[in-house]
Amino acid sequence: MGPSNLCTNGPQGPQNHGPRVASRLHGSASATAATPDFSFSSSPAVVEGRRAAAPATGHRKGSGVVVLGSEVGCGDVVQDLAARGAASAREQSCREFGKQYNQLLSRSTQPTFCPNATTSSDRDDGSQSKEKISVTFVNKDGTEQTISVPVGMSILEAAHENDIELEGACEGSLACSTCHVIVMDVNYYNKLEDPTDEENDMLDLAFGLTETSRLGCQVIAKPELDGMRLALPAATRNFAVDGFVPKPH
Amino acid sequence: MGRVRPLHHAARRLLLLFPRPRAFSSAAAAAPSREPLHVCVVGSGPAGFYTADKMLKGHEGAQVDIIDRLPTPFGLVRSGVAPDHPETKIVVNQFSRVAANDRCQFYGNVTLGRDVSLSELRKTYDVVVLAYGAESDRSLGIPGEDLRGIHSAREFVWWYNGHPDMCNLAPDLQSTDSAVVLGQGNVALDVARILLRCTSELAATDIADYALDALRGSTIKKVYLVGRRGPVQAACTAKELREILGLKNVHVFIKEADLVTLPADEEEIRNSRIKRRVYELLSKAAIAHKGKNNNGQKELHFVFFRRPTRFLPSEDGVTVGAVQLEKTCLKDDGVAGRQVAVGTGEFEDLKCGLVLKSIGYKSLPVEGLPFDKYRGIVPNLKGRVLSSESENATVEPGLYVVGWLKRGPTGIVATNLHCAEETVASILEDDKKGLFMGPSDSKKQGRRGLLEILEQKNIRFVPFDGWEKIDSKEKMAGELKNKPREKITTWNEILMASN
Repeated sequence: MGPSNLCTNGPQGPQNHGPRVASRLHGSASATAATPDFSFSSSPAVVEGRRAAAPATGHRKGSGVVVLGSEVGCGDVVQDLAARGAASAREQSCREFGKQYNQLLSRSTQPTFCPNATTSSDRDDGSQSKEKISVTFVNKDGTEQTISVPVGMSILEAAHENDIELEGACEGSLACSTCHVIVMDVNYYNKLEDPTDEENDMLDLAFGLTETSRLGCQVIAKPELDGMRLALPAATRNFAVDGFVPKPH
Repeated sequence: MGRVRPLHHAARRLLLLFPRPRAFSSAAAAAPSREPLHVCVVGSGPAGFYTADKMLKGHEGAQVDIIDRLPTPFGLVRSGVAPDHPETKIVVNQFSRVAANDRCQFYGNVTLGRDVSLSELRKTYDVVVLAYGAESDRSLGIPGEDLRGIHSAREFVWWYNGHPDMCNLAPDLQSTDSAVVLGQGNVALDVARILLRCTSELAATDIADYALDALRGSTIKKVYLVGRRGPVQAACTAKELREILGLKNVHVFIKEADLVTLPADEEEIRNSRIKRRVYELLSKAAIAHKGKNNNGQKELHFVFFRRPTRFLPSEDGVTVGAVQLEKTCLKDDGVAGRQVAVGTGEFEDLKCGLVLKSIGYKSLPVEGLPFDKYRGIVPNLKGRVLSSESENATVEPGLYVVGWLKRGPTGIVATNLHCAEETVASILEDDKKGLFMGPSDSKKQGRRGLLEILEQKNIRFVPFDGWEKIDSKEKMAGELKNKPREKITTWNEILMASN
C-alpha cells in the first residue's frame, strides 16, 4: 500500500487499534490518490506545495503527507523522498522525510503556480471532498466557535486547524483521552458509528465523561453531522481530594 | 504483528512546522505591565510540562524555567511509560514545543535539595511549582522484604526503560521459572507484560539494550499477578488489561470461583464504568482460556483474594524462594463504603524466584517543604501549598504543587493536564490579587538568579538543546538496530552525549 509503507513498522504497540486509526484517517486519502488529475496544472508539485502551505484552507484529509506525497507522485523530489521513506521505515526516516519534504515545500512555493490548478483539482477530487459541514464548539468558558469542517476530516484535526483548545496528546493514535468532546445533542450522537472497544477504553479515563462523550480523533465529519454542537469538558474538579473517578456510562 | 505507525504522525509533525498563532483571552487579559513573572517548575514530567504550557498560555509576562534532576526531560514518559506503548509517548512532541517557547527554558541535571535549595528557589522566583512526582516506593513492611530477588516495580520499570539510576539493577531472570507481581494496577500489568511478551516484539521498541538481552535469556515462564481483593476491585484499566489478555503465546489463568460477585461487588460495577469493563474482560478471558491446552505457552495467573504476609528464602538463604499469601475476604470498611480485604487466617506459599512489588509509588519531601507523611503528598488547596495538613494551616506564598506530589501517585498522563489547569488557575488568581507584587527593592531575579546560583556551585546544567543532542544520538543508534531509539543509560554517557 504505497505511501503507507513509508512509516510503518514503528515499535510494536498494542496491535489492535493502530490500523483502525490509520484506515480511518487514510481511507479517503488513498481514494484521492488513486485518481490523481493533474491535467489543469503544469506543475503539480507546485499545486500541492501551495495547498500544504495553507493547510487550514485546503481540503486535506487525514494525513497531509500521504495525500500530498501520493498525489504529487510525478515530482522527482517527492519520488526520491518516497523511495527513501519506503527503504527506511523508522521514525527517524519519517522525520527526515518530513524535513526534506518541508524543504521541497519551500522550494515549490514559487510564483509559477497556476491559480486555477487548485480549484480544478479540488473539483476533480469528486464532489464529496468539497463538501463541508458546520460544527460548533462550546468552550470551557461557555463561548462558542463555529467552524466549517471538510467531510472526511476528524474533529481533532479540524479543531487544531481552527485554534480550538482541544488537546491531542497522542495525536490521534487512540492512546489518550485528551481530545474528549461531548456531543450536545443525542440525535447527533446517534448518527455516529459506535465507539470501538479501544475508544471506549480511552473514554473510561476521560475527564468528565458523559453519556454522549466521544474522542475527537474518532469523530469524522460527514454530511449528516452538519450543525453538530460539541462541548469541551470543563475542568472543575478538585484534584487535591482524589484522582479521577469516571462517571458510569 | 506489525502495527501500522500511521504516517499521520509525520504529517502532524509537518503541520506543526507552520506557525499557528493561538489567541487566548486570558493571556490578553494579563498583559505585562511590569517585570516578567518569574516561574520555576521543578520536574519535567507531564505535570511539569503541562504546567509550563498552561502558564505560558495564561500569562503573557510569564517566564518559565523548568529544572529537572536528570539531564533528560519528560519524566515518566521516558522512564515510566512501557517501551511497547510508543503512542503514549507521542505527547513529548507537544512538550518539546513548550520547551521551544521563547519564554521557557529547561535546566536539566539540576537537583532540588542538592544543587539548589527550596528556599533559594523561593527567593529567586515569584512562583515555584513543585512537579517532581514520586520517586520512591511504598513498602509492605512484612518479614523477608529485603531478600534478594525482590524489587519494587518502579525499580524494574526504570531498569528496562534505561533510567540512569537503575541501569545496574540486573534482576536475575535466569534462576527461576516463576515471577510474582504484587498488585494488579497498570504498573503491575506493565511489568508482567514485559516479562511475558515475545522478545522479538520488544526488540522493535526503545527498551534498554541490556534489558532486552536479559529478557532474551529469561527462564521465566509463569507470572502471577496477586491482588488482595477481587476482579471487581482490580486497579488496572481496560486498555492495559485487554492488551495483556491478548498477548501472543500466553495462556491466561483466572479461577472461575473468583469471578463470583456479591451484592456489594455488583453495586461497585454499577457505579463504575471502568470496573464494569475490567470485570467483563476478565470474565471473558476466563471463558476463552478455559479447557484450552497451553502447549508450552507462557502462563499468566491472576491470583485474587490473597495478601502477602512474608517472603520466604530459598535454599541459599539469601534469595527469595516463595511468597506466603493469606487468603482474604472482602468486608465493608464502614467509613468510605469501600470494600477492604481482611485476612482469613488461611495461608499458602507461592514459589517464585523473582518478586516485583507494584503496590504504589511514594513521593519524598525536600527540606523546607510541608509534607503529609500519611498521604505521601504536599498539603495543598487547589495547588497552593499549605503550611501543614491541619485545618488552620496557612498558604505558603508563591509555592505551588502539581501532579503526583499534589494528588498522590495515580492517574494517567492526561490527568496531569487538568491537574495543571487547576494549579495554574490558582497562580493566575493569586497574580491578579497582586500577591507577587513585592516592594520594588525585593524584585525577584528569576532566571538570572538561578544561573548565578548554578555558576556559584559549579553545576553544569543541561539545556534543552543538550537534550536534543542526546535525543538525536539515541535515535541514530536506534536506527542501526531497527529501534525508535537506543537509550543512553549511564550518567556519564548521557552527560557526554549532551555536549
